[in-house]
Amino acid sequence: MKQIADFKLIAKQDYGRSVLLRLRSKRPLPDIMPGQFVQVRVDGSPSTYLRRPISIHDVEFEQNEITLLVQQVGEGTRHLAAAEEGDTINMVLPLGNGFSLPEKGERCLLVGGGIGIAPLYYFAKVLNAKGVRPTLLLGGKTDTDLLRLADYQKLGETFVTTEDGSRGEKGFVTMHSVWQKQSFDKIYVCGPKPMMKAVAKLAAEKNVWCEVSLENLMACGLGACLCCVEDTVDGHVCVCKEGPVFNTRRLKW
Amino acid sequence: MTIDLGRGLVLRNPVMTASGTFGYGEEYTDFVDLAQLGGIIVKGTTLNPREGNPYPRMAETPSGMLNCVGLQNKGVQYFIDTIYPRIKDFDTNVLLNLSGSCLDDYVKGAEMVDALEKIPAIELNVSCPNVKQGGMAFGVTTTGISQVVSEVRKVYHKHLMVKLSPNVTNIAEIALAAEAAGADSVSLINTLMGMAIDAEKRKPKLSVITGGLSGACVKPVALRMVWQVAKAVKIPVVGLGGISNATDAVEFMLAGASAIEIGTANFIDPAVSAKVAWGINEYCERHGFANAAELTGALL
Repeated sequence: MKQIADFKLIAKQDYGRSVLLRLRSKRPLPDIMPGQFVQVRVDGSPSTYLRRPISIHDVEFEQNEITLLVQQVGEGTRHLAAAEEGDTINMVLPLGNGFSLPEKGERCLLVGGGIGIAPLYYFAKVLNAKGVRPTLLLGGKTDTDLLRLADYQKLGETFVTTEDGSRGEKGFVTMHSVWQKQSFDKIYVCGPKPMMKAVAKLAAEKNVWCEVSLENLMACGLGACLCCVEDTVDGHVCVCKEGPVFNTRRLKW
Repeated sequence: MTIDLGRGLVLRNPVMTASGTFGYGEEYTDFVDLAQLGGIIVKGTTLNPREGNPYPRMAETPSGMLNCVGLQNKGVQYFIDTIYPRIKDFDTNVLLNLSGSCLDDYVKGAEMVDALEKIPAIELNVSCPNVKQGGMAFGVTTTGISQVVSEVRKVYHKHLMVKLSPNVTNIAEIALAAEAAGADSVSLINTLMGMAIDAEKRKPKLSVITGGLSGACVKPVALRMVWQVAKAVKIPVVGLGGISNATDAVEFMLAGASAIEIGTANFIDPAVSAKVAWGINEYCERHGFANAAELTGALL
């Protein structure tokens, strides 16, 4: 069941352009699947009228805690990143559908680009708890884009690319040598659209099942306003309600 | 607290949710007990299915947003077969917002909806700014509105609410024409035509360039129009446009509205509609009104 709840910012870590926000609620959290998102109300920013959809980076159910990894891209997220410990942040959650969980024994590759790595942390954690150790392929423009790399590495074998070559293999995630060395049963992707399209193409060539997480501009986050639609084989569908995770076979890419 | 809008449409309280902002009600049941609302007006529906406009369909603006959804819906028959059975037993009035691109579509659609026992009213959308023939052509002239309302009136026997466009010179004139043609009530305002540009990219932000503006920013315009229309017509006026809290709602009622609709505010607080209903009650108690109906036109 979805809820609207006030969270208290209990810890914050600054990564420059991005910020990690650890938020605690007084209420027990609802069930949250990896890949689902929250709608955050941005208070005190006159130019920010609508909530901001943010992916869920981590969840600690015992403490009623949700962690968000927020990249500052506009006024809304800049404001959010300026929140201070003790501040109250109102969220609607959980929204959308998560990644499809694999069967035990399936080889999973989680591909993240830029801030798109955010939801893969909670996903990898849940997979580990299910006894599936995923492989991670994380890409950034440069070394400092690869946030919490050491923590990701604990959750699975982790490969890295950077466009400037400052860490891992130089280039895009689709150019990494792991594609030649290993094969996978399921590929999950979150990142910029061109990157997701490139990975989806690669997966299709290899005839591998692939899910991507979209981030179209949203207003309601509940499937009511029909603003965030993506063109699919079933016509225009709301990313917020029917996604944000889609099997690439459903998309008209 | 009961609000009687005429021809069988009786609301438990003055608060309804605006079409296109509340889905089919189902999307909001985790947040709002629908029994707390006077009614819900479900998504704009046309006789035939429509895919709507391409993405992007939304642009945020100061204290508001533009949309150009373009009446995406699966058509009246799909509504009847698939959605109606799911929502007909909601403990509130379920109104259907009906739109069309030609006179015949409105009439056929209204005939089909007339047969639905649990839909007590149509909100006739003659004011969608986002499709070429989204009905706004009907809604911006007195002859256009007379024609569509009188034709629909012939086949539709329940409460006929007509949703007016603010994109006109004299909205009172349009409202009078709707009343004369047989409307039981008018609701206003639909969205204001607007536009947003991304200066860096030198491109419009919306796929079809223009869209409808809604949200808190339109409230003063909506309030003024509700006041003008309420002075002009004898039928009930339903006010909407930027209502975000109970005080806003009370202002619309003081200006002459018998009931109100909450639209874009549902996106910011999915529970706002029930809060507004509660807050109107609280205002009535505080100011010595025996019921919300007494607020209508009670501007000093």
